[in-house]
Amino acid sequence: MDIIQQIVAGDVRTIARVLRDIDDELPSSREVLQRLYPHTGKAHVIGFTGSPGVGKSSLVDQVATHYRKDSKTVGILAVDPTSPFTGGAILGDRIRMQRHFLDPGVFIRSLATRGQFGGLTRSTNDMVNVLDAAGKDVVLVETVGVGQDEVEVANSAHTTVLVMIPGMGDDIQAIKAGIMEIGNIFVVNKADREGSRKTVRELMNLIEIGVRRRNGEEWEPRIIETEAVKGRGIDKLYETIEQHKAYLLATGSQRWREAVEKRTRLQLLGVLKDLAFRAALERIEARGDSIDEMVRRIVDRQSDPYSVARQILEK
Amino acid sequence: MANGRKIRILVAKPGLDGHDRGARVVARAFRDAGFEVIYTGCHQTPEQIVSTALQEDVDLIGLSILSGAHRYSFPRIMELLRENNAADIAVVGGGIFPLEDIPMLKECGIKEIFEPGAKLGDIIEWVGKNISAHGDAAPLSS
Repeated sequence: MDIIQQIVAGDVRTIARVLRDIDDELPSSREVLQRLYPHTGKAHVIGFTGSPGVGKSSLVDQVATHYRKDSKTVGILAVDPTSPFTGGAILGDRIRMQRHFLDPGVFIRSLATRGQFGGLTRSTNDMVNVLDAAGKDVVLVETVGVGQDEVEVANSAHTTVLVMIPGMGDDIQAIKAGIMEIGNIFVVNKADREGSRKTVRELMNLIEIGVRRRNGEEWEPRIIETEAVKGRGIDKLYETIEQHKAYLLATGSQRWREAVEKRTRLQLLGVLKDLAFRAALERIEARGDSIDEMVRRIVDRQSDPYSVARQILEK
Repeated sequence: MANGRKIRILVAKPGLDGHDRGARVVARAFRDAGFEVIYTGCHQTPEQIVSTALQEDVDLIGLSILSGAHRYSFPRIMELLRENNAADIAVVGGGIFPLEDIPMLKECGIKEIFEPGAKLGDIIEWVGKNISAHGDAAPLSS
């Protein structure tokens, strides 16, 4: 069977290997992605982001369970950090998702950031496309634990869930730019802890000020209190995610298309950047130049990074 | 820029024993050696372990066991790998094993057994010598 047919048919080993080829940046994966592309565009992509330890994995686990009860198939991409020193990583998001290991309707893949900033990996969008083509109805993307400015997930997902816990920072944190602006849905997890109501109130203020409406959006971000480990509040979260999807798909609106265009633009730019970079490297090699030599020239002050880069592209 | 295959390792604890200090130490050592380690916690069934190994496309499964249930779980994992056409994934074991069980474990396909006292450096060295990212060796096809 052809590799594309195998992926579309949901063959686990083939999908797993292609995901790895993408992550390892094998040139052959580009062709596979190209041929898979006509099969993509059906999955609802839902991003989960927030600081380390707020309960993203547990929420993803719970939401996946709800989708399974609804007979929807689920793909999960969960990102953990790569060591900047050794390149190694411990990928532990699966620990919270054990109940899905034997369910053929759920495909889970752990990813390491491999030096990428922004909360996702370089490969995430391409991997979403593979799981989409493999027929997953929803793809849940869990970012690495993030801080204030890692907003990439909002460009990859149709629906972004920002997860917080009570007592993290004061109300000034809530009006800062960056990550607080990307949530379509805010989750206050571990809501049994002290200060949950206060966090919810602060978020309500934030929403009233209208962070999102500035962009002409009619969707009013929702706030949901959950206790992921006990499963409390998950019904409401699930319902709200579905409401957001319905909002995007509302008849006569272009919202879904806009979300898809945003994603696609990001991907196109990513591929372009990647190809241009590779082409530049090939030129350097073809001319028998070496990066090391260029670095030496720059360090010796015979040239500068700006001129060297321009020369590579111009010649 | 392509920097070649990254070796991926699943560290798993089959069965009912809940003592995972050893597994965590080894997982950490693998991390420091530059590998990507998937760690799934305690109380895994052979079926869960193999399903994870397939989805994560790992090159090596490291099983940690202290409960004495290796005589069941290790052969079962090997059997499931074969059934899933994934015998190319190497499996090693660490923990406490009666000496007389080791030949039987190797016979069923376990590549190496690391007993108490095994040095982390030796385990890493063994992986370096014996495990290559399997995408290089044999492209998946059927």
